[in-house]
Amino acid sequence: MKRHLLSASDLTRDDALLILDTAERLAETTEAAQVKKLPTLRGRTVVNLFYEDSTRTRTSFELAAKRLSADVINFSAKGSSVSKGESLKDTAWTLEAMGADAVVIRHHASGAPHRLAGWIKGSVINAGDGTHEHPTQALLDAYTMRKRTGRLEDLRVTIVGDVIHSRVARSNVLLLGTLGAQVTVVAPPTLLPVGIETWPVEVSYDLDSVLPKSDVVMMLRVQRERMGAAYFPSTREYSRRYGLDRDRVRLLKDDAIVMHPGPMNRGVEIAAEVADSPRSTIVDQVTNGVSVRMAILYLMLGSDVIPHDAARSARAAAGAPE
Amino acid sequence: MSAAHPEVPRRRPVTGDPDAARPVLEAPDVSRALTRIAHEILERNRGAADIVLLGIPTRGVYLAQRIAAKVAEVEGREIPVGSLDVTMYRDDLRTRPIRALEETDVPNDGIDGRVVVLVDDVLFSGRTIRAALDALNGLGRPAAVQLAVLVDRGHRELPIRADYVGKNIPTSLREAVHVLLAEHDGRDGVLLGPADVEDPR
Repeated sequence: MKRHLLSASDLTRDDALLILDTAERLAETTEAAQVKKLPTLRGRTVVNLFYEDSTRTRTSFELAAKRLSADVINFSAKGSSVSKGESLKDTAWTLEAMGADAVVIRHHASGAPHRLAGWIKGSVINAGDGTHEHPTQALLDAYTMRKRTGRLEDLRVTIVGDVIHSRVARSNVLLLGTLGAQVTVVAPPTLLPVGIETWPVEVSYDLDSVLPKSDVVMMLRVQRERMGAAYFPSTREYSRRYGLDRDRVRLLKDDAIVMHPGPMNRGVEIAAEVADSPRSTIVDQVTNGVSVRMAILYLMLGSDVIPHDAARSARAAAGAPE
Repeated sequence: MSAAHPEVPRRRPVTGDPDAARPVLEAPDVSRALTRIAHEILERNRGAADIVLLGIPTRGVYLAQRIAAKVAEVEGREIPVGSLDVTMYRDDLRTRPIRALEETDVPNDGIDGRVVVLVDDVLFSGRTIRAALDALNGLGRPAAVQLAVLVDRGHRELPIRADYVGKNIPTSLREAVHVLLAEHDGRDGVLLGPADVEDPR
């Protein structure tokens, strides 16, 4: 494991699998054995530094850190010195002076976590930066896929919708590539980023033709707040061509699952009855997010000793398959 | 402080090369020791009624399963067996490379009011058992906790002792104990050999 988690591409296959395996073990103890609190990170301080609104990710990190007995400081742009114009760098120095062992940062500017990582001694965890990356979301998505389908290798994952604005899509493509899944991206041409042909994915504009061969369908939120211009003619037309409704779900294999990172626009990219169906993993994703973030915090903050190939040796010691 | 106890060295977990080690218990000895432990557990607790065996991964889990099988042979009834990973409760996490977690699997009826017998392969500093006692705290309130180990090699750092011991093996800190079990290592046995050179911290 590296000191920081800034991009899904920071993770080797061993790193990623160690996180998923650790999360599975933690889920065993916290869910099955009903242990709500572990003493592991007692005395460590985790700062949640959120420059953008978030419900799920911030509370998920807060809960994960508290379940490991770390102290948590929530720092949001509203109601702090940031709203008085303090720069990211000055804020970083403040956190450094307070002795933060890890800073979980969400920022509207792509690349802000990278800058922060250069300024502070503690670990930086990217909780979403602009339209760039959201690696912990990709990890919890991979965890959910593995748990529901039993594998990641050669799993056929279809990511649908607002790819151009989606840090979730970008991190998922990187991580799923590392883990050996096959990703297809489906969107109107206006919602695909420039350079999509260099991504390790197949591209399609026709959802109906891709659905029958998908094991996983991940619907992305249409991010109106990031859209200055018109990317598609109307919400109705988008929904008709790229929304996952009841009729489209019939095209899926019986055991295919439907994912959404939330928050959902019900009736736009996903119909309410699909979101609430047994195929949907949307609630699981939230639950799994806490276990995965506990795993990340444990693996990044648990030890002061960071040997070169820690993930490989830890997995080998546990007898995990290659 | 350290000047008053110069003879107490700072210890690292002892590892060594099994190929350079000599056997102290052969497979039949291991089997006999576990049979005796099974009988002692039944004798001490007057039967198997409330007993839950919890093995500490990795080899403690296999030992717990074997003891349970022997108890079942004698008593004619199954007793609950589980595993308890203590990694998150260890006191040396910060000073050692990060560890992968192992399985925790507590029998469905839980441990409240039961007699929990912790099972591990080697009892050494006692720190693993301290971590296990903390982990049990989170799971419930047993009526009693007992400890069974295949090997007690001495050098305790905490006031902890085993209730059931397969074999007491006096060791020096320059020696490493290797427990081999068929389920994990392909054969049964206990070896004693030289420890790896400790890093001089």
